[in-house]
Amino acid sequence: MSILKVTNLKKRFGKFTALDGVNMEVKKGEVFGFIGPNGAGKSTTIRILLGMLKATQGEARVFGKDVWADAVDIHKRIAYVPGDVNLWPNLTGGEVIDLLMKMNGSTNLTKREELIKKFNFDPTKKSRTYSKGNRQKVALIAAFASDADLYILDEPTSGLDPLMETIFQECVLDAKRAGKSVLLSSHILSEVEKLCDRVGIIRQGKIIETGTLDELRHLTRTHLTIKTKKHITSLNELKGIHNLEEKDSERTLQVDAEEMDTVIRYIAEFGILKLESSPPTLEDLFMRHYQGEEYSNSKIEGSL
Amino acid sequence: MVARYFKGTNQLTAFYFKQHRFKILVWLIGLIGITLSVASAYPSIYNDEESRQAASLTMDNPVMVAMLGTGYEMEEYVNSVGAMFANEMLLFTAIAVAIMSILLVGRATRGDEEEGRNEMVRALSVGRLSSVSAVMIVIVSTNILLAILTGIGLASLGIEGVELEGSLLYGSILGATGLLFASFTAVFAQVTETSKGTTMFSFMLLIIAYLIRAIGDVSSEELSWISPLGWTVKTGVFVENDWWPVVLSCIVAIMFGVIAFYLHSIRDLGAGFIAARKGKTHASPFLQTSLGLALRLQRTNIIAWAIGLFILSSSFGAILGDLETYFAENEFMQAFIVVDSDYTMTEQFITLLMAIMSLISLVPAVMVILKVKGEETRNLTENYYTRAISRTRVLGSHFLLAVVVSFIMQSLVALGLWSVGEVVMDEAISFDTTIASAYVYLPAIWVVISLVIGLVGVVPKLTGLIWLYVVFCFVVVYLGDLFDFPEWMNNLSVFDYIPQIPIDSVNFTAMVVLILISFVLSIIGFSGYNRRDISG
Ligand SMILES: Nc1ncnc2c1ncn2[C@@H]1O[C@H](COP(=O)(O)OP(=O)(O)OP(=O)(O)O)[C@@H](O)[C@H]1O
Ligand SMILES: [Mg+2]
Repeated sequence: MSILKVTNLKKRFGKFTALDGVNMEVKKGEVFGFIGPNGAGKSTTIRILLGMLKATQGEARVFGKDVWADAVDIHKRIAYVPGDVNLWPNLTGGEVIDLLMKMNGSTNLTKREELIKKFNFDPTKKSRTYSKGNRQKVALIAAFASDADLYILDEPTSGLDPLMETIFQECVLDAKRAGKSVLLSSHILSEVEKLCDRVGIIRQGKIIETGTLDELRHLTRTHLTIKTKKHITSLNELKGIHNLEEKDSERTLQVDAEEMDTVIRYIAEFGILKLESSPPTLEDLFMRHYQGEEYSNSKIEGSL
Repeated sequence: MVARYFKGTNQLTAFYFKQHRFKILVWLIGLIGITLSVASAYPSIYNDEESRQAASLTMDNPVMVAMLGTGYEMEEYVNSVGAMFANEMLLFTAIAVAIMSILLVGRATRGDEEEGRNEMVRALSVGRLSSVSAVMIVIVSTNILLAILTGIGLASLGIEGVELEGSLLYGSILGATGLLFASFTAVFAQVTETSKGTTMFSFMLLIIAYLIRAIGDVSSEELSWISPLGWTVKTGVFVENDWWPVVLSCIVAIMFGVIAFYLHSIRDLGAGFIAARKGKTHASPFLQTSLGLALRLQRTNIIAWAIGLFILSSSFGAILGDLETYFAENEFMQAFIVVDSDYTMTEQFITLLMAIMSLISLVPAVMVILKVKGEETRNLTENYYTRAISRTRVLGSHFLLAVVVSFIMQSLVALGLWSVGEVVMDEAISFDTTIASAYVYLPAIWVVISLVIGLVGVVPKLTGLIWLYVVFCFVVVYLGDLFDFPEWMNNLSVFDYIPQIPIDSVNFTAMVVLILISFVLSIIGFSGYNRRDISG
């Protein structure tokens, strides 16, 4: 079942096109990672989903309802955490948490206390005096203490320490276990890797790749280091070979996933002495997508 | 040593000038423009001795003295257009200059610090005091520029009785008053932790200074020496041309400037001298409603305005007694002014007073609505709109709050004036009349409130323009007769449609039309607000 569905979403600010036909879907019980370079349009998409910006074109639905027209209705079942949490300076953290929860109509006090303890947060101080991480905790506590069906998180951990980061991840996994859906935009790739079932990559206002991490990995190349008895000839004539380098008697190369079988068979004929393979790191994967064509042209030669 | 404290001041000064040049320009053009155009209007209005005599009689009573400061002697007044001009314009222009200085200094010092901009600057290779010094240089130059331009401008008008020395003094005392309040604000910026606190304390000081001067000028000469605004009107511009108030103001300004620098050098960035207390763990049920939150966020501001307005109107109430005696004793004066009226002089003065007080109580009501825009700029409305709160509800609760505030303020104005007037007058004005003459302004106030709603909803970038409109209304009320504005221009001010109770009778059609206009404007505002992008 689809909780969130975005079709051909466009947003222009004056002449500047921030979103240029975004398509995206989040299903029930799924943690969807939303990643992309700075200024790609993640926050813009999220603000449209929250009914704060009006889409220039296209459709966005949450729980089957229109995000602009039915914003208030939708928000009753949504919890949102921004990357930059702004609080009223002269209210205390505790007051703000109550306010934010009340605005969504939920008052789960036990959950609130539990989270305050878990995040090790002092709710009695004025918001003005909180550090960035503590402001973020206010939004996180209010979000996870409310009983939402969809969590929209825009770089929710940009100010948290590693310990708090772990607690945040537990919260997300708890929500997932309870059958909730999560849209998580983040620059912390290890976090995305750990939490997300599926990932969408956005660049210059367009989704350029969507899928499970495995599917995405599949699209990239595996690193191989090989040493053979006989000298391998004309390896570079094979399809799907990139960045071939020779060092001492060893060779390193990258192989497209779909050509792996052919390449291994070919190498095997020369008598394998050593074969090391390492999967592409998530980092590699994203680097290639983030940097776009220039990167794949210059560093990996060949194109996708 | 010098580097440790002042390195980079030059660049920062240029930076602050650039950042605030638009505001400074608007203020300077506005202040100098109004001063010069009013001055040039005087000779044609008071072209013979009779009209000057008449004017001098209107001025020579306790209410006017309380409002405008000690007047001039009769002969001086009659012989010099300059004296008349200074008597009517100097104090209020000086207050406007003080407001400019307070706003600019508050914004550039504590405002920048509170919002974290100062942190980045301080991380550069600049001295500890460089940014304060830069702000002070900017404000000192602005006030000096104002003084010189006003002085030269007035002198160059070539009006008889507005000669060079007087003109320069007029400009200088304006600048000096501005500097004085700039230095007070700089001190408050060190002591309090928020820019709101800084401007609030500074405005409070301004109001207190005005009131002390008002009471002092009416009843005891010595008292007005305590108030900086008392010095302003002691210059006797265009007649005696006393320069010592300018010198005194500058000396005190330098003293407070030094105190501000010292405090700044010994405190932590972002901190004040008033320590933070521990707060509540939970939000009260009232705070959890939209209206409760709106009220809580503006509580201090509203209370401060309420107290200020009450004090202001009761001070005027206190003078009513003096006024009454004055008129009773002065039969000649009565015959002169009460041409064909069944109303007492006091009642006639009350109408002018009410018009001005209503404009003042308009300010906090407008601020309530502007808060919606202010919160959006600070990405705080995001907290509502990402939750199950509709835009109509948020804007609606602010609208409601503004209407309630306008009620409270007008009630306090009426109450202050009536309660004290009742005590000091022999023939007191009735409570009904007083309250009616205050409430009758409510429709006009609501039109302006709805206008702000319209701006916030439809053209959020231009919401600041509302202050121009408020100033315009003030100019029409205060200077409309003097300038003899064309009718259409008076008609642009909603306050012009309000019957002046008890002189005029209540005009219900006008009231209904104003309320209808207010409805239309607010509907436009609400629908615009529901349709536009919210930036944060
Ligand atoms: N109100 C606006 N007016 C004009 N341009 C805007 C506006 N809001 C966003 N943009 C532009 O739209 C683009 C997308 O911005 P967005 O905030 O969505 O990026 P992002 O993917 O969230 O980036 P980051 O990772 O840095 O948070 C950027 O180029 C930004 O400058
Ligand atoms: Mg973003």
